Amino acid sequence: MIVYLIYKVALITTILLLSLLIAMYATLVERKFAGFIQDRYGPDRAGPWGILQPVCDGVKLFFKEEYMPNTADKFLYILGPCLTMMVSLLTSAVIPWGGTISIAGNNFPLQVASSSVDILYIFAVVSMGVYGIMIGGWASNNKFALLGAVRASSQMISYELAMGLAIASVILMTGTLSLQQTVDQQTSMWNVVYQPLAFLIFFICALAETNRAPFDLPECEGELVGGYHTEYSAMKLGFYLFSEYINMFISSAIMATLFFGGYHMPFIDKLGLSPNLLTLLGTAFLFVKIFLFLLLFIWVRWTLPRFRYDQLMKLGWKVLFPLALINLIITGIVMLLK
Amino acid sequence: MNLTNRSKVVTNKQMTFVESLYLPAIFAGMWITIKHVFGKKATIKYPEKKREFSEIYRGQHVLKRDDEGRERCTACGLCALACPAEAITMIAAERQPGEENLYREEKYAKVYEINMLRCIYCGLCESACPKEAIFLTKKTVDSEYYRQAFIYGKDKLVEPVEKDKRIDVTKRQTPEVLQFKKLPNERHNI
Repeated sequence: MIVYLIYKVALITTILLLSLLIAMYATLVERKFAGFIQDRYGPDRAGPWGILQPVCDGVKLFFKEEYMPNTADKFLYILGPCLTMMVSLLTSAVIPWGGTISIAGNNFPLQVASSSVDILYIFAVVSMGVYGIMIGGWASNNKFALLGAVRASSQMISYELAMGLAIASVILMTGTLSLQQTVDQQTSMWNVVYQPLAFLIFFICALAETNRAPFDLPECEGELVGGYHTEYSAMKLGFYLFSEYINMFISSAIMATLFFGGYHMPFIDKLGLSPNLLTLLGTAFLFVKIFLFLLLFIWVRWTLPRFRYDQLMKLGWKVLFPLALINLIITGIVMLLK
Repeated sequence: MNLTNRSKVVTNKQMTFVESLYLPAIFAGMWITIKHVFGKKATIKYPEKKREFSEIYRGQHVLKRDDEGRERCTACGLCALACPAEAITMIAAERQPGEENLYREEKYAKVYEINMLRCIYCGLCESACPKEAIFLTKKTVDSEYYRQAFIYGKDKLVEPVEKDKRIDVTKRQTPEVLQFKKLPNERHNI
């Protein structure tokens, strides 16, 4: 029992710290990559290649003045960023980060909470993400913040539909809601081969869900000053900015798990290594996949301009939603005939 | 009239099916951005790498000494007169007996100030000088916290007496320049 508790706490702490670390360095990678795309170097003054830059940014955010507008609803104003951060971190609980590590006869699966309804849980938590933004924007008592929040909520609700349908067709194929089993089924062939359209829809929706460009209308620094976090400063703003990167990290992990075989590495069985080493290698491979997805997120952001709001709604409701529906129907027919 | 041959006439034509998918255009855009990732960077990493200056760059001024270490400036005021920005002021003084090793001629500048914020680095002071006393150098003017600090006096302008610390101005004082300075229609040569 004690061993079990220690293992769970250790795993949760590791994943928490790891996602915070990756989110931290995602900001640096983002700025570097943006720099490269724009023929610059990006930050390179703090430490070699700027590796201390995220630390400096973090320290700066902590020591900034904590400003709160006097018309704001104090409780909700603080609740907003906390909720956003919490929701982004909660999703990491069900992602299988690797196979099983066995030490002295005990098996330790590298997944915080394994249930039979992992995907359902992800949906439940992800749709709560909109509350943090909505509450923050509402509590600020600022028209720009409110507009950003309204945009965010309508955007997230619209794209969750297509996202859900895209995943539904994967579930129809795999026949399970458990992510562990989804990964295990992909040992021979990744899901993306059978469901390329679902992956594309999921990826676009993931961009929209994480409020990344070209779907960054809730922030929209050009027209909304900063959108829902206009009135936020110091670490409360930091939480909002940070949760965006954690969201990116988690959705990359979900994409890798659902469509790209998760921690499974092709031809890994033929290496003839010990099971524990294989597990660790698999985890490393999952992180490679996640990192590639993060790069893709960043790459897309610095390539495409922002959508206009009607275009965004048109894409969500008139293109992605019917496409996902058609994909679901076709998958259903194929599964029925098989 | 076309200024370049790259101009395109804007049309409002219907998109084809492939175009309306947007994906080919998106991939083309991403291809362009990824090419820039590996391309040459425009940045010059400043403190480590400095941009090369031209040999005849016009930067901070220097007041030259002659070979014996005497100040060349005689406070004639032609530089101040030539200066379009009115950045130069000076107070002249008479050389006392026993100061022959300090000043080249009987009159010298007791105070010589250039306001580096007013100066436009045109180099007219240099071409006005009949005594080859003032030159512009490759050095850029240092940044300061206060505006007052930008008024450079003789302490900052006159070059050191030591032979090895003298400032080389041969690039700005070529034989052609010397020849030009002797032209009769230059104002100070009349």
